[in-house]
Amino acid sequence: MASVSSLPVRKFDAVVVGAGGSGLRAALQLSTAGLTVAVLSKVFPTRSHTVAAQGGVGASLGNMGEDNWHWHMYDTVKGSDWLGDQDAIEFMCKAAPEAVIELEHFGMPFDRNDNGTIYQRPFGGHSQNFGEKPVQRSCCAADRTGHAMLHTLYQRNVFANTQFFVEWMALDLIRDAAGDVVGVTALEMETGEAMIFHAKATLFATGGAGRIYASSTNAFINTGDGLGMAARAGIPLEDMEFWQFHPTGVAGAGVLITEGVRGEGGILLNKDGERFMERYAPTMKDLASRDVVSRAMATEIKDGRGAGPNKDYILLKLDHLGPDVINKRLPGIREIALKFGNVDCTKEPIPVVPTCHYQMGGIPTNYLAEVVIPQNGNPNTVVPGFYAAGEVGCASIHGANRLGTNSLTDLLVMGKSAGDSMIKFIRENNTHKPLPAGAGDVSMARIAKLDAKTGGESVHAVGDAMRQTMQAHCGVFRFPDMLEKGVTKIKQVAERAEHLQIKDKSKVFNTARIEALELQNLIEVAVATMVSAEARKETRGAHDRADFHDRPGFVNGRDDDNWLKHTLWYKEGNKLDYKPVNLKPLTVDSFAPKARTY
Amino acid sequence: MKFQILRFDPDVDQKPYFKEYDIALEPSDRMLLDALIRIKSIDDTLALRRSCREGVCGSDAMNINGKNGLACITKVSELKEPVVLKPLPGLPIIRDLIVDMTQFFQQYHSITPFVINNDPAPEKERLQSPQDRLELDGLYECILCACCSTSCPSFWWNPDKFVGPAGLLAAYRFIADTRDQATNDRLDNLEDPYRLFRCHTIMNCVDVCPKGLNPSLAIGKIKEMMVKRAV
Repeated sequence: MASVSSLPVRKFDAVVVGAGGSGLRAALQLSTAGLTVAVLSKVFPTRSHTVAAQGGVGASLGNMGEDNWHWHMYDTVKGSDWLGDQDAIEFMCKAAPEAVIELEHFGMPFDRNDNGTIYQRPFGGHSQNFGEKPVQRSCCAADRTGHAMLHTLYQRNVFANTQFFVEWMALDLIRDAAGDVVGVTALEMETGEAMIFHAKATLFATGGAGRIYASSTNAFINTGDGLGMAARAGIPLEDMEFWQFHPTGVAGAGVLITEGVRGEGGILLNKDGERFMERYAPTMKDLASRDVVSRAMATEIKDGRGAGPNKDYILLKLDHLGPDVINKRLPGIREIALKFGNVDCTKEPIPVVPTCHYQMGGIPTNYLAEVVIPQNGNPNTVVPGFYAAGEVGCASIHGANRLGTNSLTDLLVMGKSAGDSMIKFIRENNTHKPLPAGAGDVSMARIAKLDAKTGGESVHAVGDAMRQTMQAHCGVFRFPDMLEKGVTKIKQVAERAEHLQIKDKSKVFNTARIEALELQNLIEVAVATMVSAEARKETRGAHDRADFHDRPGFVNGRDDDNWLKHTLWYKEGNKLDYKPVNLKPLTVDSFAPKARTY
Repeated sequence: MKFQILRFDPDVDQKPYFKEYDIALEPSDRMLLDALIRIKSIDDTLALRRSCREGVCGSDAMNINGKNGLACITKVSELKEPVVLKPLPGLPIIRDLIVDMTQFFQQYHSITPFVINNDPAPEKERLQSPQDRLELDGLYECILCACCSTSCPSFWWNPDKFVGPAGLLAAYRFIADTRDQATNDRLDNLEDPYRLFRCHTIMNCVDVCPKGLNPSLAIGKIKEMMVKRAV
């Protein structure tokens, strides 16, 4: 019999790819259950991008006033512009308080109220009593919530003896003839050696791909590796046209300034010193949801009311909060404003612009974090052995627009859900399915091609072309002609990415090779985004098409009759498919689509 | 702008050497990391770690003109030329600016870096007063970049035995947490001629910490608790 693979193989019950919040939360569940787990991460776990989350994690603890998960659910459904699946949203909002309390028990250093409970701050789009007024729901550790959370989860995994493979990059998903997932190939960065991780259950917790844009709050490592691997393995990507532009990235630098600044009382001003959000969102004002605020800011700039010599940014004023509040609640922001914005925010406003921040779409899953694809007439057929959670997964909780704080809630709840689902699956299917013949060949061929290539395209140049194309053709405002041209252009860039060349041929910590492999993943995401965006003929959440604005008979530019559905993009032939949104929650009544005002 | 960067690829080099770069920076290249990425776009063989580019992940710690720091929050305008870049001192070089941090993390892991509380978990959060929570400020913010430990002569000499400033700061972070019940065990764990007492208050750690933390102060507090416990 021919050998299954030329690569060495290691077997684990479960493989978790990614050691950010959702990967660590899932790993904790798996390790605690006594299963063997390999957690693969391109970086030491505490360097994952969860570390950069600032403002808080949303959960209706009700520590600051009345709150409940049903209100949180309503806000999330409305925030999603009704594209979110209401079963998944109910699941998350209901599980959020317990997930946060657990984290506190793990040692998370939350800020506290005088009575000793966790402090919660207001955040965009979160309201009391179904939109009546802002609510304090964001549980935080100053403006370093992600850092505190990621370190706490890592620490708890040290306690649970989780096995980490640090600085290993997963290369490709391994599916057998039946389409079941049986593991991944991965590359050890230090040695340049590849290996097969053979698993009964495989979780992608690989985060987002915000680096497809030129201006992004995302870390360099956010290169959509999970999305690229899934797409190459024939798994569709869901709702990739929906990218969140965070209202407040530092102008010119892209570094994030938390919405918590506005939660604590900061306000946005145009060049005339006008608090313009009062015009766009009379009730929630600066705390409207992010798509609404970003669009308002971009409109102000477009109409010539931006601040600065080139009228190209908005001012985030917080000096009126006073140095005490700023130093206590927003110390990291003060540091960032000083370093990247060159302003002392206790005295002057911070120049900010909407900046690419979060991918609402991803690998299609249900709320159990099982990957689901259309098969034999069922749009949600489970792919045995395959799971996705956190930013890479699309359950879909965030629909067309995510609310602030819900990313951390998502990664805790869905990470844990993934862990639980995997434990159940492994106990019911307690043998490794055999590896298919030639497993690993695809990965080895990709690497061999990179190593052999001479006279090709530079990774840097092709990456730049991708980032500029996405920024120019698929930003906050989208135009039909620009999208059409964008599709042609991004396909050309993808073609160039077929011929990447690296000069570094070393085996040892070859970062040029890693960056080339990352770009191959990013390109899949960029094409998926542009093609999906061009096809969706409406305005919904973060997908704002200038040709579908305020048409009579269509609320907010939305076309619920034709477009209340999820996009599915397949790499093969750039094919698009669609599936219905699940408007039916688990236990409560459905929130029917209606006009969206804040 | 002129740079001298210590290069070493064990695949091809007998020993480390300095390579000079003279590159034109763009106005948007404000931080040292921007400059390094500019260099890497010309010479892709230069190896370094980087991720968040905002000083919170701790990846791009290196020795910059003789002092440890993070490339992503070091302004190029404030650097003297030629900018001399070396990997963090005292740890084995894997390649170029990338060091093997195994010993650093072993020390971190050695202090049982998690809250220990054996009481049954309550239904709600464990209560903690704002004053008690304040005790954790200046401790929990550590990003494990290793700037401090690799600037400490005591850690250079005994990286296998001395916990080092980062690990000790973490040790005190758990001692100071009112939810933790293992203070005595934690002190026992450090009561050793090397693990804690190799700190000679040289204070390099305080000088280099990119987050403005003070491991020396935390170490002093642990020593104080040891003394109190002994009498």
